[in-house]
Amino acid sequence: MVDPHLLFEQLFNGVQYGILLFLLAAGLTLVFGIMDMMNLAHGSLYMLGAYIAATVSLVTDSFLLGIAVALPATLVVGIFLEVVILRKLYDRGHLDQVLATFGMILFFNELVRLIWGPAGIEVPLPSILNQSLTLFSIPLPLYRILVIGVGLAVAGFLYVLVVKTKVGMLIRAGASNREMVGALGIDIKKIFTLVFGLGAALAALAGAMAGPIFAATIGMGENILIQVLVVIVIGGIGSIRGAFVGSLLIGVIEIMGRSFLGDFFKLFLPDNAAETAAPAAASMLIYILMAGVLFFRPQGLFPARSG
Amino acid sequence: MIPTRETMVVIITFSLLALVPVIASITDVPFYLDLGRRMMILAIGALSLNLIMGYGGMISFGHAVFVGIGAYVVGICAEHEVVSGFIQWPLALLACGIFAVIFGAISLRTRGVYFIMITLALAQMMYFLGVSLDRYGGDDGLPLAEPSYFSGLIDLSEKTSLYYLVFVLLLLCLWICKRLINSRFGMVIQGARSNEARMQAIGFPVFRYQLTAFVIAGVMAGLAGILLANHTEFVNPDMMHWTRSGDLIIMVLLGGMGSLAGPIVGALVFILLEEALSGVTEYWQLIFGPFLILVVLFARGGLLGFLEKRQSPKKTSEGGDD
Repeated sequence: MVDPHLLFEQLFNGVQYGILLFLLAAGLTLVFGIMDMMNLAHGSLYMLGAYIAATVSLVTDSFLLGIAVALPATLVVGIFLEVVILRKLYDRGHLDQVLATFGMILFFNELVRLIWGPAGIEVPLPSILNQSLTLFSIPLPLYRILVIGVGLAVAGFLYVLVVKTKVGMLIRAGASNREMVGALGIDIKKIFTLVFGLGAALAALAGAMAGPIFAATIGMGENILIQVLVVIVIGGIGSIRGAFVGSLLIGVIEIMGRSFLGDFFKLFLPDNAAETAAPAAASMLIYILMAGVLFFRPQGLFPARSG
Repeated sequence: MIPTRETMVVIITFSLLALVPVIASITDVPFYLDLGRRMMILAIGALSLNLIMGYGGMISFGHAVFVGIGAYVVGICAEHEVVSGFIQWPLALLACGIFAVIFGAISLRTRGVYFIMITLALAQMMYFLGVSLDRYGGDDGLPLAEPSYFSGLIDLSEKTSLYYLVFVLLLLCLWICKRLINSRFGMVIQGARSNEARMQAIGFPVFRYQLTAFVIAGVMAGLAGILLANHTEFVNPDMMHWTRSGDLIIMVLLGGMGSLAGPIVGALVFILLEEALSGVTEYWQLIFGPFLILVVLFARGGLLGFLEKRQSPKKTSEGGDD
């Protein structure tokens, strides 16, 4: 029988992981949706954010300062990439975009290895955050609660930005018909740069916050990128709402699957067979879910209107 | 008829490849043999990808998964002491075919960016499956106890015979691709790349044609996997990692997408570049990454496209995005 405390704890961890995915998925889905741009280098920005934040917080002994430096620094890198390289690729096919951003990944991974060395960086938590709150006699790490809080705040901010403001209106208009927005005299290029920069900053935020949980490592970007892609595909490209729902779904399934699939299999399989099959099945779970969603809704759960 | 530049390139490339074992034995550098074999095996993978990507407009970012499945079937068979190539090879190709049908049927429901991401995700799924297969080495992979055994017909543990087997199979694959592209089937595939709705309207069941192409490409990549397992005498999940799929795409693009021999040239150049750059610096991807970006920005059509352009104006090859 599954311990309900453990169940709740893992559900909590799943939500927290989902929030992290959301911070990445939100920026990326806009880039995909509005610019019809296949950007694989988003994970590199996440990694960069994590490394910068880790370094600064280790040097200055201030976790907050680390985040405060990582965000603008990654934002600048993101805008630089957009203006110098990606902008030239909007009119190209997806293949060119895949290849160029793949080149960026290789470059950034190697750059990080050159600067920080092949080993990852463990980021210690400040002692204030390194404690737990107890809820129904279940200890919940304060830091993870904070991550969830920040994620929800970002989600709220994005909702207001996209739905209530003029910039948001232009973003939505750009997503449904980019040529038309341009024809109406709006400088769509500026909007693109803005969106890309915003996405980069959110990726850095996710990276900086992931540091104390997973440590900053080379290749951290790609592993999470694939899951973020699954989120975006499930949620529907270009949809923030889809990204939010998809992130939580994938986060919870990913974490819960790893913890409980073995127990679940034991209900109808012999113990050792269940223990062998569970890790394999758990790692495939989200992809099976994706295949299932696509089978019934090829445009994802919340298809953004596209032109 | 004057041979086209592409034909010339093919003749020159294969003549050089045929001479590699001779050169390796004269200079006594067996590494050349190894290098040449790896080039040709990856060339088979790139050829198969070009079939769907260059001609069919289906940008698969998970093509290496079939290389991995092919290799794993050989590895798993050998682990269970089934070493006969007459069993291993058809089984591996069949497995690739079955997986290609499933993956193709799922991915081909989508288009554009979705297609790229789904092929990527499905391949990563298999990668993680490989990692979690503890029985077959998991993360560390599975050493191949002995190469596929062909009852004395050909001895694959003899490096030169393996080399020429790969050589012949590469030629065979090139020939198959040529026949396919110029057949009615190939025309439908290419037609669907330029205008799917129109092909549909004419009355072609586009999905079935595309799925067939996807399966053929998957099986051909599986052949590359079988050879790769015999070549490295080792199987590991890394063969299916998405960066391997990226490598295949790079090879196709370097050589020139949608040209028949482009992927072969691309694979050769890719491996040579990798060798040369990693000889210069340990951090060779620091150079290779930006090089890729420059190729995308300024050298469209790849190397063969460059040759063709000088010969006659040719339309730039472009992914079949909608």
